[in-house]
Amino acid sequence: MTLPRLAVALAQALLVIGAAPVLVGVMRRVRARLEGRTGPSLSQPWRDIRKLFRKQRIVPANSSWVFSAAPVVLVSTAALVSGIVPFLSTRSAFDQVGDLFAVVYLLLLGTVFLALAGLDSGSAFGGMGASRAMTIAALAEPTILLAIFALSVGAGSSNLGAIVSATLTHPGRVASPASVLAFAALAIVTLAETGRLPIDNPSTHLELTMIHEAMILQYSGPDLALVELAGQMRLVIFLGLLSNLFVPWGVATTTHPLQLLAAAAVTLAKITVLAISVAVFEVFVAKLRLFRVPELLAASFVLAFLAVTASFFVA
Amino acid sequence: MSDTVYVQLLDLAAGLVLVCAFVALWRRGLVAIVRALAVQGVALAAVALLLGLHQHDLETIVVAVLVFSLKGVVIPRVLLRIVSSSGESREVEPLVNVPASLLAAAGLVLLAYATTRNVVALDPSPETRAIPIGVAVALIGFFALATRRKAVTQIVGFLLVDNGIALVAFLATSGVPLVVELGVALDVLLAVLILQVLVSRMRTKFGAMDLDQLRELHD
Repeated sequence: MTLPRLAVALAQALLVIGAAPVLVGVMRRVRARLEGRTGPSLSQPWRDIRKLFRKQRIVPANSSWVFSAAPVVLVSTAALVSGIVPFLSTRSAFDQVGDLFAVVYLLLLGTVFLALAGLDSGSAFGGMGASRAMTIAALAEPTILLAIFALSVGAGSSNLGAIVSATLTHPGRVASPASVLAFAALAIVTLAETGRLPIDNPSTHLELTMIHEAMILQYSGPDLALVELAGQMRLVIFLGLLSNLFVPWGVATTTHPLQLLAAAAVTLAKITVLAISVAVFEVFVAKLRLFRVPELLAASFVLAFLAVTASFFVA
Repeated sequence: MSDTVYVQLLDLAAGLVLVCAFVALWRRGLVAIVRALAVQGVALAAVALLLGLHQHDLETIVVAVLVFSLKGVVIPRVLLRIVSSSGESREVEPLVNVPASLLAAAGLVLLAYATTRNVVALDPSPETRAIPIGVAVALIGFFALATRRKAVTQIVGFLLVDNGIALVAFLATSGVPLVVELGVALDVLLAVLILQVLVSRMRTKFGAMDLDQLRELHD
């Protein structure tokens, strides 16, 4: 682990932390414009977080250490994952250990801790939200693994950096059936895991429908700020995975500072385009009934499964 | 057309045939299911067309046009007419729920790949490597026949089986003789038309097209 590589990992984590709230601001603005409203300013999510950090921290009476630990675990796993995923360069400090299993299970660790915290607070909504989130996670996690696995069969490695470099050297793979199927599967799962519209409405507090919001209902002050920030970071991570795994052009293969700057610009542009398309998509769809969500996720699981089959048997 | 482009397009068309079979299992709206079947027919025709163009075989191209007009246009139209005249637009509750049937279909795909390994090993080529997809579509069709209740979805299952067999035939023989394809196609059309009559008779008798109601014989 050399110093430049460590710097890359750190830069990636800082980029994700800095960009995440702004990206959510962009998505809210796009949605507001399409609905005929002006919408808040782009830095509003950052201001919200700053405001929450100054507020008092209140903890439910009977909660245990899980409740206090969950926000920290969420943010730290998200920051670690953003150091691993090749956002800027394929040569990151965690190149040797940071394969797709590490990424997926670090993200799952955050999900599980949030669900535990929802149960820990002892409120009815927390338990309901945790149960729903686990229903979704149980179907979404294997789908992510399978979808990325379809790409790693072609690259011959489960290392994310190696997958990106392999796609860079063989651009024809982008249009193969396996890649197209895996993209569709991962796109559906991204919406599910980040709590976006057909699965969960990020802006609702209606008790019958909420999933993510139900789990974090008891959080306040700095804890809530961390949970919100982690949620926004996860959105950037998933969109970054989608864009850099399937359209890897622009990712640097060295640790040269100028190349990294260019990679940062290209990656941010790709993520912004994806985020805007998610926001536009959200304007046109209604939330799925909760009992239909497993159907959609099973379909995405099957797509990922077919992608693996296609890359394994056909290619 | 270069060889790599040909192989990619062939894989893409065969993959589309399989995805359409999954869409037919996934969706609940009967109209959406029939549309998936129409797209599958077009993809099947594309496979035949690609084979014909690659081998410069006029007969296979004629077969492709025949498949397109029959499975991409005529049969879906007949099915859409059944759906719109029946007034029922949804498969309310299949015997196996949708997520489970999707997973079962994924298992069937694996089964198809496992069982056809030896067949593919006889003569590995881009065409034969896609044969498992045809077998998988036929198996998914059988599954739909076994678990769906509505008459229309049963017809869809039957057509899925037929499309799977047709895909295997195209890929294994590198283009079916016109006479054989003509015979099979007319058989299928006849079956669909007979089923249409059956469905309309069922509707006038029972007011529904749920096959579970056909349990006893009456005079």
